[in-house]
Amino acid sequence: MSVCKTYDEINEKIKSGKAVVVTAEEIIDLVKEKGEEAVAKEVDVVTTATFGAMCSTGAFLNFGHADPPIRMSKVWLNDVPAYAGLAAVDAFIGATETSEIEGEDYGGAHVIEDLILGKSVKLRAIAHPTDCYPRREITTYITKDDINQAFLFNPRNAYQNYDAATNTSERTLYTYMGTLLPHMGNVTYSSAGQLSPLLNDPFYRTIGIGTRIFLGGTQGFVSWEGTQHSPSNSRGENGVPKGPAGTLSLIGNLKEMDARFIRAASFESYGITMFVGLGIPIPILDIEMLRSVCVTDADIYTDIIDYSIPKRSKPVIKQVNYQQLRSGSITIGNKKIPTAPLSSLAKAREVALELKQWIQAGSFLLSEPVQGLPKSHESHVLNSKLKEEKEACSL
Amino acid sequence: MFAVKVLLVFPPALIDKPITYYLVKDFELQINILRGKITHHEEGKLVIELKGQTQEQVEQGLIFLTEQGIDVTLMKKNIQWDEEKCVHCGACTAVCPSHAFELDSSTWRLNFNSEKCLACELCVKACPLDVIHITI
Repeated sequence: MSVCKTYDEINEKIKSGKAVVVTAEEIIDLVKEKGEEAVAKEVDVVTTATFGAMCSTGAFLNFGHADPPIRMSKVWLNDVPAYAGLAAVDAFIGATETSEIEGEDYGGAHVIEDLILGKSVKLRAIAHPTDCYPRREITTYITKDDINQAFLFNPRNAYQNYDAATNTSERTLYTYMGTLLPHMGNVTYSSAGQLSPLLNDPFYRTIGIGTRIFLGGTQGFVSWEGTQHSPSNSRGENGVPKGPAGTLSLIGNLKEMDARFIRAASFESYGITMFVGLGIPIPILDIEMLRSVCVTDADIYTDIIDYSIPKRSKPVIKQVNYQQLRSGSITIGNKKIPTAPLSSLAKAREVALELKQWIQAGSFLLSEPVQGLPKSHESHVLNSKLKEEKEACSL
Repeated sequence: MFAVKVLLVFPPALIDKPITYYLVKDFELQINILRGKITHHEEGKLVIELKGQTQEQVEQGLIFLTEQGIDVTLMKKNIQWDEEKCVHCGACTAVCPSHAFELDSSTWRLNFNSEKCLACELCVKACPLDVIHITI
């Protein structure tokens, strides 16, 4: 007997407070205990989550109009430049932008966090006056409550798997994969593994454009495929990518976010980034869906890459699975090398549990994707070309 | 046994003096070198653990070091971790040589064991949330 459920049926159960919800970690033991058929019938929703550093984070803001009005051409928030090449009082603040005064210690991610915390942020803007916008300059203070819109936008998040990092060189490397000690002194990795959203739905069956999600402590949505979405990358027999593959573009109301679930960060000698808490519910529509959410760390493989080679394509040192990475050490040749995560599993679990509670409480309904994500797509690289070469090509 | 962790800063004139030899021979102290760095013609830095039978024995050793013109700083419990603000990512555990910072393998929350800490300060730089500080 095969089990089949629809989004509507699951949402009816959520509304009546009867939905059975477990996390993507809890489901693994549950299936071992009760078997696939019974669990597919019993469980309606599995919550997945991740809490990792994602540089591709930012926020769109609309400040409202001043009197006399200004068509802002350059904008700074707490001395961090924001992009203002949009309508008069619209701007985009990117997480990795640094303060012109404080440098690496404060950046766009900190501005976003300060706004979420309700702190007052200094806004400075300059402009070329026009007949309709005569003002040249403004310096004032804003909070999230006295501007029109503030929505977080991740051009990329939820990386479906990612390479692990090591360093074969003789000097310490400071990277977005953390501090990599010389002579393969450590290996770092950054995925929530068996709890990570896209690893539980490897072919994007339920996660697509329009999927309602948990983003930074509030409800948000998947808005598009993420940048560098590369679903065609190599996969194992279980369909799980063996390296970086799919990504998601996400949107959510910054005004409703909670700083427990989104935090500014700064990696030494690399720069500023932002930890973003993301949770995605997966409806157990049938036994196939149940099987994909039962993926374990032992089923998910990734490559350990040598970050000491400053090239686009870095050499692969070894392929390992997340169970090995999570054990605290791996062996390369005769050498036992300590491993460390960079994405917080403790926080990801907190997100998965919070989302589970929202669904159990009936305050979060599932949405069927309006459109699926591309399932095949080659990723492009950027090559340096002279203008003449480009023109010669088009002749 | 009584033990302390100290940071010793040697002026250039003292770099060729076998200070640790005297600590062993004259004061019967056990020395564990945790970290060392010598900048030519500038200064030498050494982080050591000094262990003696009694507190007095260790104190005598420290007085000797000070008398030699060495700048002595006690390093006990000088790493401050703000657990409240920590997100338990694990970046510090990638560099901690003594496993003073470790992730609990069941909860995946960070633990700090100050007894194991060598005060090498690698975690201070490695922490992306700026929640680990050094206080002297």
